[in-house]
Amino acid sequence: MSNSSTSDLLKPFKLKTKQQELLISILCLVYILAFITRLFSVLRYESMIHEFDPYFNYRTTLYLTQHGFYDFWNWFDYESWYPLGRIVGGTLYPGLMVTAALIYRLLHFLRFAVHIREVCVLTAPFFASNTTLVAYFFGKEIWDSGAGLVAAILIAVCPGYISRSVAGSYDNEGVAIFALLFTFYLFVKAVNKGSLAWGLASAFGYFYMVSAWGGYIFIINLIPLYVLVLLITGRYSMRLYVAYNCMYILGMLLAMQIRFVGFQHVQSGEHMAAMGVFFLMQVFYFLDWVKHMLSDTKLFQEFLSITVTCAVAAGGIALGVGVASGYISPWTGRFYSLLDPTYAKDHIPIIASVSEHQPTAWSSFMFDFHILLFLFPAGLYFCFKRLSDATIFIVMYGLTSMYFAGVMVRLILVATPAVCLISAIAVSATVKNLTVLLRSKNKVAQIGSTKGTSSAKASSKASLDQSQPFQKNGAMALLFGAFYLLSRYATHCTWVTSEAYSSPSIVLAARGAHGNRVIFDDYREAYFWLRQNTPPDAKVMSWWDYGYQITAMGNRTVIVDNNTWNNTHIATVGRAMSSYEDEAYEIIRSLDVDYVLVVFGGVTGYSSDDINKFLWMVRIGGGVFPVIKEPDYLVNGEYRVDKGAAPKMLNCLMYKLSYYRFGEMMTEYGKPPGYDRARGVEIGNKDIKLEHLEEAFTTSNWIVRIYKVKPPNNRW
Amino acid sequence: MEAWIRARVTLALTLFALLFFVSRSSPPRQFVISNAERRIDLSSHIINVHLTLKVENTGTRPASEVVLALTPTEVDHLAMVDALAIKGKRKKTTSVHLEVKPTELPDAPPIDAKYFTIYLADPLNSGESTTLEVLYVFMHFLEPFPAEIAQSESQLVFYHDTALILSPYHIKQQTTFIKTPSTKVESFIRVEPTNRVGTEIKYGPYEDCPPYSISPIHVHFENNSPFAVVEELVQEIEISHWGNIQVTEHYTLVHAGARHKGVFSRVDYQSRQFSNGASSFRYLLARLPARVHSVYYRDEIGNISSSHLRTNSLKSELEIEPRYPLFGGWKATFVIGYGLPLQDFLFESSDDKRYLNFTFGCPLIGMVVDKLTIKVVLPEGSTDPSPVVPFPVEHRLEL
Repeated sequence: MSNSSTSDLLKPFKLKTKQQELLISILCLVYILAFITRLFSVLRYESMIHEFDPYFNYRTTLYLTQHGFYDFWNWFDYESWYPLGRIVGGTLYPGLMVTAALIYRLLHFLRFAVHIREVCVLTAPFFASNTTLVAYFFGKEIWDSGAGLVAAILIAVCPGYISRSVAGSYDNEGVAIFALLFTFYLFVKAVNKGSLAWGLASAFGYFYMVSAWGGYIFIINLIPLYVLVLLITGRYSMRLYVAYNCMYILGMLLAMQIRFVGFQHVQSGEHMAAMGVFFLMQVFYFLDWVKHMLSDTKLFQEFLSITVTCAVAAGGIALGVGVASGYISPWTGRFYSLLDPTYAKDHIPIIASVSEHQPTAWSSFMFDFHILLFLFPAGLYFCFKRLSDATIFIVMYGLTSMYFAGVMVRLILVATPAVCLISAIAVSATVKNLTVLLRSKNKVAQIGSTKGTSSAKASSKASLDQSQPFQKNGAMALLFGAFYLLSRYATHCTWVTSEAYSSPSIVLAARGAHGNRVIFDDYREAYFWLRQNTPPDAKVMSWWDYGYQITAMGNRTVIVDNNTWNNTHIATVGRAMSSYEDEAYEIIRSLDVDYVLVVFGGVTGYSSDDINKFLWMVRIGGGVFPVIKEPDYLVNGEYRVDKGAAPKMLNCLMYKLSYYRFGEMMTEYGKPPGYDRARGVEIGNKDIKLEHLEEAFTTSNWIVRIYKVKPPNNRW
Repeated sequence: MEAWIRARVTLALTLFALLFFVSRSSPPRQFVISNAERRIDLSSHIINVHLTLKVENTGTRPASEVVLALTPTEVDHLAMVDALAIKGKRKKTTSVHLEVKPTELPDAPPIDAKYFTIYLADPLNSGESTTLEVLYVFMHFLEPFPAEIAQSESQLVFYHDTALILSPYHIKQQTTFIKTPSTKVESFIRVEPTNRVGTEIKYGPYEDCPPYSISPIHVHFENNSPFAVVEELVQEIEISHWGNIQVTEHYTLVHAGARHKGVFSRVDYQSRQFSNGASSFRYLLARLPARVHSVYYRDEIGNISSSHLRTNSLKSELEIEPRYPLFGGWKATFVIGYGLPLQDFLFESSDDKRYLNFTFGCPLIGMVVDKLTIKVVLPEGSTDPSPVVPFPVEHRLEL
């Protein structure tokens, strides 16, 4: 008797623990899944750093672990931007490197003798795993734990996020998305709870975000916008006041500790919205207090209008004076290009030249989000149906980030967590409704079959069933449909990850004639040749894309690199590449260049080579040096390299260096010699003579060609 | 990493290709060399000189020490000297390995020379004669001339020697054969009778040469064999408790032939393989022990994908290709690592000690190693390690 009563007592508890067990095991599995799905590249290729920027991050992390934090902070890099150099410590977001170095230290403390490269390669997947946990808690905070679970699963495999967090993609975004979502989660939690502790935590989350990625601008503008919306919709509360003030003040003070950010929070136009909302908040608080003190509503209305006018006027004047006196810097071009998609194309070619800064095509939305694209509006519907402070936040996050994702391809990354969360709400709410429907019927059927006591109830339910005869079947069908869609999503994500996002881009792979895998390791061949066979102080000129790789792998000084801070310097290189050889030689001599490196895909059909990038060199060069004119390189607005190409094109340095002695080369059976496989034409200038440069090295598949700059001729 | 390694007992043997000697002797002038034949093989950058001496004791007392003479430059480039005594006649010959040690002769000879003494197993009685075979191995001995060549040129080198064998003994009859890698010989100094047939130049026979007679010659010929030199090799042998030996070899490879001058043209290199970049090399072969596993080949910036491993039960061959072909003066650094089963190399003796039996040297074939460091990392808890090497080496213990 007593035994059964205790078991009855334990029953709900047991069920709860069972649910929790299930929950925890699902979360663990998702955590592991998020990690291993990002390891394709390691299995296919090797544990290596991918692409361009990660090589800089890797190089700085290596420096950090070898020389310690203070040397890293004070590092002046002579190897880049020759002859200017770069103050590395003051021009980077150190969050990523410090994180990787700390993980490295921890592992060594635990006696795991790993190389720093392995740590760097696996940092992004590790943080992606952590993001799934944050997504769970965030979903739980916005909706319920079911939505949280679905959000965790969706974000674990979402291609939009995987594109920047596969193993080896050691870039700021890898940790920044975690930091971004974490900050948002903590802030929403702080708004919901109204507690100082959560506000404090969100300030620290914000600090980590600031230390990791320039995208923190999004946070410092979205949160004030959100607060403003809450104020306008009359959702002002003490909780909001505490959360925002705590987060803003502390977050701002902490962010100032990052050298690269410095005083921007009080001095730059991009951060002024947050400050304005902060003051507005104080006005609201003051008004609230006055309202509390004044009993007369009419008097209060008048007071309100006077105060609001005064506050807005004071704010406006302050902003105007600040901008006019130059204390507050105006918005930067990057910020403008985010708000206006056409701005960069007209004003900042260097931003527009990067493929990931292009406006997003529909196909890439579909590619990166798949079914989430359809679930997103559904989720928005559910959010609007159950409006709360938290859902308003996620709706705003979703809508703004979707706009930015449309402006720039790379910002799909920022939108991904929001899309996943909102879609998760849609999935969770739908599935929950359907299962509740199914379950209740099953229960009724069960009860009806086993016991006759509640027959009246059963009969009433049965009559309800009769009214909707196909409800159960419909629910089943819908449920199956949902699972089918979700399983399609999983397959799509895995396929995209394995096919599109797991290539290191430094090693190229292709299928050979017999179906075997052919590896083009030309980049590393060339960089290693530079490292071993050129003087240690040699200066290498190349287009800026390869700067980070040359310094990291070739260990040689470069003129320009992927940190595009000095447009004039890049334009000088662009000018040299687009001038005739003798003019270019003067520029090259003035920059003290020893070697010129070009990337050429004509033999292999590798399309992202320097000839295809060349028009951007012309544009960027022409933007600073008007002698370079884009029409000189075009024929009737068409870019050609064959016989019909513009004469200037056929004789500029880039053309000569790319196609030097290519005219003797047979690339494809049945085609004339000098057939460019990347562009599918026979080249127009096969008789290229170099006067001031000589071929120093060409890799086995011709992808990288290095030329040595000859010393000037003796004059007598 | 450091702390982790420091926690172990590390035994490091540092070995240099230099030989240190202390010796004393007196020159027994009682031998006469009745017949000497020298065969010099110049087909690669490692020069093998086979010297066959028929030594006759013309003195009164039995003697057992035969002295060899070399010029100081030869000694500087000498990697190895080895001697065998040939017994029996015709097809029934047996050879006995003899001890060779450097010596100094107190009675100053008319020319500058350095000496090695062969200690015969049995003293040679008066009037008896015996046949000795001596092998010299020289490295860094061929001098590229011209010192810088373009891609389309082939590599020409100088070989300096004397037509007459330098010896403290009277040589009654001697002949020298020089084998060049190809028939392309630019020039050579004749010391009549001299005869050149195909890839062989024959000096001699010369009759009755007094002691210390020399006659400098040089041969200027084409040698396109890979002048592959490992400037430094650090080999780490890590013994694990768990039944594995992990070997990691750090190479600094250089092409020590004539320096590459001017352009490197890929189109020429690809289309005209034989006439272009003839002295460059691309492939290296490493002969690894059998049952090798987990082989890797990489450098500072990642894995190098161009390598092939062939294994069978007796040996493993690893064919590796540096990232780029090596022309004169070009360098490449890389790391080869592999695991081996412990039971093939570790033996237990009755006195409760364990012996690691490992082949000394570089697994790459046709290589000259200038500086070799072997580090043996012993498992934790090992005490009193001691190396046994058949020749003098520098060694030290790191804890």
